[in-house]
Amino acid sequence: MSDKEQKYAELQQIIETHKDWPGALMPVLQAAQEIFGCVPEDVQKIIADGLGVTLAEVYGVATFYAQFSLQPKGEYVISVCLGTACYVKGSQAVLDKLSEMLGIPVGGTTKDGRFTLQATRCLGACGLAPVMTINGEVYGRMTPDQVPGILAKYKEA
Amino acid sequence: MDIYRAHVLVCGGTGCSSSGSAKLIDRFNDKLAENHLEKEVKVIRTGCFGLCEAGPVVIVYPDGTFYSHVKPENVDEIVSEHLLKGRKVEHLVYTDHATHEQNAEKKLDDITFYKYQHRIALRNCGVIDPENIDEYLAMDGYKALEKALTQMTREQVIDEILKSGLRGRGGGGFPTGLKWKFTYQSQADQKFVACNADEGDPGAFMDRSILEGDPHAIIEAMAIAGYAIGASQGYIYVRAEYPIAVKRLSIAIDQAREYGLLGKNIFETGFDFDLNIRLGAGAFVCGEETALMHSIEGKRGEPTARPPFPAVKGLFEKPTMLNNVETYANVAQIILHGADWFAAMGTEKSKGTKVFALGGKINNTGLVEIPMGTPLRTIIYDIGGGCPNGKKFKAVQTGGPSGGCLPESLLDTPVDYDNLIAAGSMMGSGGMIVMDEDNCMVDIARFYLDFIVDESCGKCAPCRIGTKRMLEILNRIVEGKGEEGDIEKLENLAETIKSTALCGLGQTAPNPVLSTIKFFRSEYEAHIREKRCPAHHCKSLLQYKIDPEKCRGCTACARACPADAITGTVKQPHVIDTAKCLKCGTCMEKCRFGAISRE
Repeated sequence: MSDKEQKYAELQQIIETHKDWPGALMPVLQAAQEIFGCVPEDVQKIIADGLGVTLAEVYGVATFYAQFSLQPKGEYVISVCLGTACYVKGSQAVLDKLSEMLGIPVGGTTKDGRFTLQATRCLGACGLAPVMTINGEVYGRMTPDQVPGILAKYKEA
Repeated sequence: MDIYRAHVLVCGGTGCSSSGSAKLIDRFNDKLAENHLEKEVKVIRTGCFGLCEAGPVVIVYPDGTFYSHVKPENVDEIVSEHLLKGRKVEHLVYTDHATHEQNAEKKLDDITFYKYQHRIALRNCGVIDPENIDEYLAMDGYKALEKALTQMTREQVIDEILKSGLRGRGGGGFPTGLKWKFTYQSQADQKFVACNADEGDPGAFMDRSILEGDPHAIIEAMAIAGYAIGASQGYIYVRAEYPIAVKRLSIAIDQAREYGLLGKNIFETGFDFDLNIRLGAGAFVCGEETALMHSIEGKRGEPTARPPFPAVKGLFEKPTMLNNVETYANVAQIILHGADWFAAMGTEKSKGTKVFALGGKINNTGLVEIPMGTPLRTIIYDIGGGCPNGKKFKAVQTGGPSGGCLPESLLDTPVDYDNLIAAGSMMGSGGMIVMDEDNCMVDIARFYLDFIVDESCGKCAPCRIGTKRMLEILNRIVEGKGEEGDIEKLENLAETIKSTALCGLGQTAPNPVLSTIKFFRSEYEAHIREKRCPAHHCKSLLQYKIDPEKCRGCTACARACPADAITGTVKQPHVIDTAKCLKCGTCMEKCRFGAISRE
């Protein structure tokens, strides 16, 4: 089985086990996002057919919540916390610097598919404010001048 | 059970985990094994200790020595000195912010940060291993459930909660007992209890800490609630952004099932109850109760008009009782110790304690639990240690995007639900963000509005369109394009949105703007009339200047300027071309002579 077929088989499996749950759509979408990294239209169609709901309903839910992405994200997802504690300590300047250096707006992905830049709400690590994460790795007490050094690590990797 | 002569408690809360506490645990285990101490000393990863600023935090018992800012390389010293030879590692001991003492003999309760606190909701956080049900049981865990099921009627349980005066800790402050009573009175073939763990206030993380540090407390409370209102099924709605909380909660639910504390015929009383976790997917509005329930149903998380209230028609159209995490965290203690014990704490209309997440421009960032009625000043200065770097305090924000900013003059306000509302803010879920003289209050209002515009679900026009119009006006003001009459326009829009929006999110959305206009009107006026930002924060209104007297002509600034806006010859004073200047501040950072200023 190819990698792609494997993923679709996995999705079918998830749909089967959740089919009779009350409110199954959200958990299934979350699992699909986990498997594919995003929930494109063909995946939404499979979910709609599998759960017996309309594609419009699936699309409605998928576009309502910030967690679901219709497009694939970059290899490294950089999230800068814009929670209040981080904001008052200057996380906006860190975000601006990243946007400038990567040449992409917030929410964008670089052309080579390496980086996605996003702003997130409170990560709960307010003691380390301002905080950013790259694929879950946490960088605390950030200043804009730390950005080039950190990015360099991931560009080489 | 194995007996150990010492226990090393390492904080595994989000803050300390982010600063590398997992590495500490591995290192401790390695070093203990190297020294053949693994059968004598046990390492435990606990929930949050609260003092995030000092993280990663390690406490060694039975001595109770409190080590702060521990790095992996310090572990070797703690093992070889403290654990092997019994000599405390003085230089790693926490330095008290108030007394500047580094006293290894001081117990946790003697430390200034903890001295004013009273931990009920956080009682087990940082004390037990949240992934081990036996430790929770050892702290009287599930005794309240046993008491409720075997010695109390459903009515007695509700009555106890009513009498305790407990109010919803999620922000609204509705009497918890009443909610229980209304749902109990609803007639239906099925009812649900639900827990709101969709902590959306940016800057509040107490619910997360409770779930991470003491998940069984929530499970026990929900089972008690299920018994009281007549529900056999509960749902916990947790933010997907809280992976550690979700994991510990899942472990705890499995353990409770294994011990027969969830499932069929609990304590052989015929009472059945089970729990499921549902993950949120990043929508602030899902903290609103009707929106949250739609989300659990697998729909878009849009609120619906009340009535019907969830107590009558909630989740899957059945009567549903929804409480917040911190509210539940108090329940077992009230059942165990009685309503009178709880009601003895706090103020006339706000009983018990409240957890606050202290953050922003404050020395001791972290979680604090204080009795209701404690003045803001005590929280910010005595516990929080005031603003860092000698900066002047300007405002404290409570209630998140639904709350307001309070100035210095209101710092003696005793904190409770009603006082905060009277002052123009609200309790909210308990975020408490301190701002100093460098924070621009207009920009803070703009920040919250930006958040609301982003998070508005779009269902009702006042919130969808009104907040957007307000944001546009605020954006203009911070860019120096404010006009006479803008403040009045903001006030008008705010009042309309407050009285016409569909749900609590919309109705409270204008609060940050209204409270900053009320207390910091002069800052708005300076932006609009003088095109000046008194806090020197708003970029468009800044002007960088070089003092020719102080400038040595070292060219550092000119070389660093990304816009080539600085000109001058070597050893001669330089000049900034304000038309070209991007106001990035790089020149100011690079100048070693303090010759560059902004205004």
